[in-house]
Amino acid sequence: MFKVIKKLTSFVAMVAVLFAFTTEAMAKKSKTLKNTQKKGFVRCGVSQGLPGFSNADASGNWTGIDVDVCRAVAAAVLGDANKVKFTPLSAKERFTALTSGEIDILSRNTTWTLSRDADIGLTFVGVNFYDGQGFMVRKSSGITSTSQFKNGISACTNIGTTTELNMRDFFNSRGISYEPVAFEKADEVVAAYDAGRCDTYTTDKSGLAAQRTKMKNPDEHIVLPETISKEPLGPVVRQGDSVWEDIVRWSLNTMIEAEEYGITSANADSMKTSDNPAIKRLVGAEGEMGAAFGLDNEWNLRIIKQVGNYGESYKRNIADTGILPDRGPNQLWTKGGILYVPPSR
Amino acid sequence: MNNKTKRIIPQLLTILFVVFVFGFFTFNAQVNMDNRGIDFGFGFLKQEASFDMQFTLLDYDGQDSYLWAYVVALLNTLLVSFLGIIFCTILGVIIGVARLSSNYLIRNSAAWYVEFFRNIPLLLQIFFWYYAALRALPLPEGAEPWFGVTYMTIKGYYIPAMIWQNLNIFMYCLIAAVVSIVFIRTYAKKLQEKEGKQLPLLYISLAILIILPGLSFLVGGVTLDFEIPVLKQLATTSYIYEGGVRLPPELIALVLALSLYTSTFVAECVRAGIQGISKGQKEAAASVGLTPNQILKLIIMPQALRIIIPPTTNQYLNLTKNSSLAAAIAYPDLVLVFAGTALMQTGKAIEIVGITMLTYLSISLAIAALMNWYNKKIEIKEK
Repeated sequence: MFKVIKKLTSFVAMVAVLFAFTTEAMAKKSKTLKNTQKKGFVRCGVSQGLPGFSNADASGNWTGIDVDVCRAVAAAVLGDANKVKFTPLSAKERFTALTSGEIDILSRNTTWTLSRDADIGLTFVGVNFYDGQGFMVRKSSGITSTSQFKNGISACTNIGTTTELNMRDFFNSRGISYEPVAFEKADEVVAAYDAGRCDTYTTDKSGLAAQRTKMKNPDEHIVLPETISKEPLGPVVRQGDSVWEDIVRWSLNTMIEAEEYGITSANADSMKTSDNPAIKRLVGAEGEMGAAFGLDNEWNLRIIKQVGNYGESYKRNIADTGILPDRGPNQLWTKGGILYVPPSR
Repeated sequence: MNNKTKRIIPQLLTILFVVFVFGFFTFNAQVNMDNRGIDFGFGFLKQEASFDMQFTLLDYDGQDSYLWAYVVALLNTLLVSFLGIIFCTILGVIIGVARLSSNYLIRNSAAWYVEFFRNIPLLLQIFFWYYAALRALPLPEGAEPWFGVTYMTIKGYYIPAMIWQNLNIFMYCLIAAVVSIVFIRTYAKKLQEKEGKQLPLLYISLAILIILPGLSFLVGGVTLDFEIPVLKQLATTSYIYEGGVRLPPELIALVLALSLYTSTFVAECVRAGIQGISKGQKEAAASVGLTPNQILKLIIMPQALRIIIPPTTNQYLNLTKNSSLAAAIAYPDLVLVFAGTALMQTGKAIEIVGITMLTYLSISLAIAALMNWYNKKIEIKEK
């Protein structure tokens, strides 16, 4: 009798332990996802105001293609693209805010580099804008190319960015002595350059185009044609939560692939009956595309319906605002650009 | 339980508590850093910094290590603090004495000055000097020379550079002059105590200070040339001055704001010190026939200093720490360069913030130690 009871208890205990382990394993799948669903909003780090990428209007509504990445994630995991809490961060603060757990996605025109990816506890999930560093000068200076830069030129820029390092590489390789004037906030850089403290203002070309719209007299400034670096900008997450990483990556990929297949926020619902299985997968009408993330099957449909595809996001935020009407490399690979994402299947 | 254990137990508990709290935070940080794959270590200090600075006192280039970048940035912080302390002391003493002037206009202007500058936040004042005042300056090509050879422009204040030959000989002469002045002063003091004779010390000191270094030019082969800044065109509408020395506008704005702000507090310390001396002292000194100048120099100031020094030390410490606001206007100080750029490039947040905090602590302790030493020196020596 005793033996039976003993066996029974040990069996029950084993089952309990096993059960505990499996639920533990399932729960552990994504701590960030669990926390986000518990809180009811996605915590997203953005810039302190860069038109086209992440910019708040007078009533505090954030818009931009970086903002749309966070909105897409919110639509996927919470069902509502507006359930995002935005935290404006300076270039200096951004990584600490992410690694310390203050935010869960950093979508702040951040360049993907080896040392950032490998060193500081970050993982880049993809590229939502291919950029390169350039220079802006006053039209009246008569400079039309970086080859006209002379010794003693002063260049305004931001601290804590790859810009500072590229600038040094650029001037050093050409043997030009220069004066770097580095500010913490982008607005301070623009103010200093606009006042004549610096001869040139250097940052990513998209940034130059966006900041130009903020200047006293935008027509007095030109962006030089040369691009001195590769700046693939993309969203970043903390290292160590690979499911969350996948959710953010595929939210971005969904937007880009949706454009490829011509799925827009307007026609997404009608695409459910499409003949193309790839399209049906993207709108949740075929396959079990959400299960691996712990999401339902229409997560990608919600992204497309609420945020739109990449092309819509680009048009709304960057082209229509007059920042960079020409998509350049940020065009789909099928249309001569370099946007190419792995298939959702 | 005897008295001794009664005394020790609370102390032990306190120590245990401190160790526990410290240990908890260290452990916590370690676990979190492990989870996020961040390494802890100071090896990065030897890596190439690969960023440039706009203004340095020593030779610095992006090829140098982070350690060297730290040293250079620290020197920039020390430079601003040093200049700020000098100017705020001079201004503070003048304003402080002026507040006690018998002249209505002087007294009230000084009071207005104090109330105005000490009641506006420092960061705002820095922004004012940098973004408003200095922005109103002309571009290099439009600058009118000040004193014939210096140019105040939006890109900085250009002054002639001094080019020395045999500078070391000149320096030796200067040191010799200072040493001999100290020597003569001690001698004069003895002479006065023994025989009551007074030497015209001021004139003698001035004469030595001029003649000895002057001789080095005539005999020692010392020469001094000036390199005058010359306008150079970079592009159609873009100019700079070449040659000479350039004080960056960031440095000027920062020193201006820091010294104007802190001088108000120093002025109040000075006023408190002077008012803290009882009227009887002044009257007694006057009744033994000392002139007003002598009363201030020999009776009031030595006693007032004892009251002035300790609170003024606080102001010096504040100024040094406030200099970290430099980060707001692109002056490459410790916070902007090391806790800013270097932190960003390496991602070593805990290490770099730790080093920066320790550095400010050390600077502050050093200033406090120096001032305490001076305070001890001028204390009343009970016999």
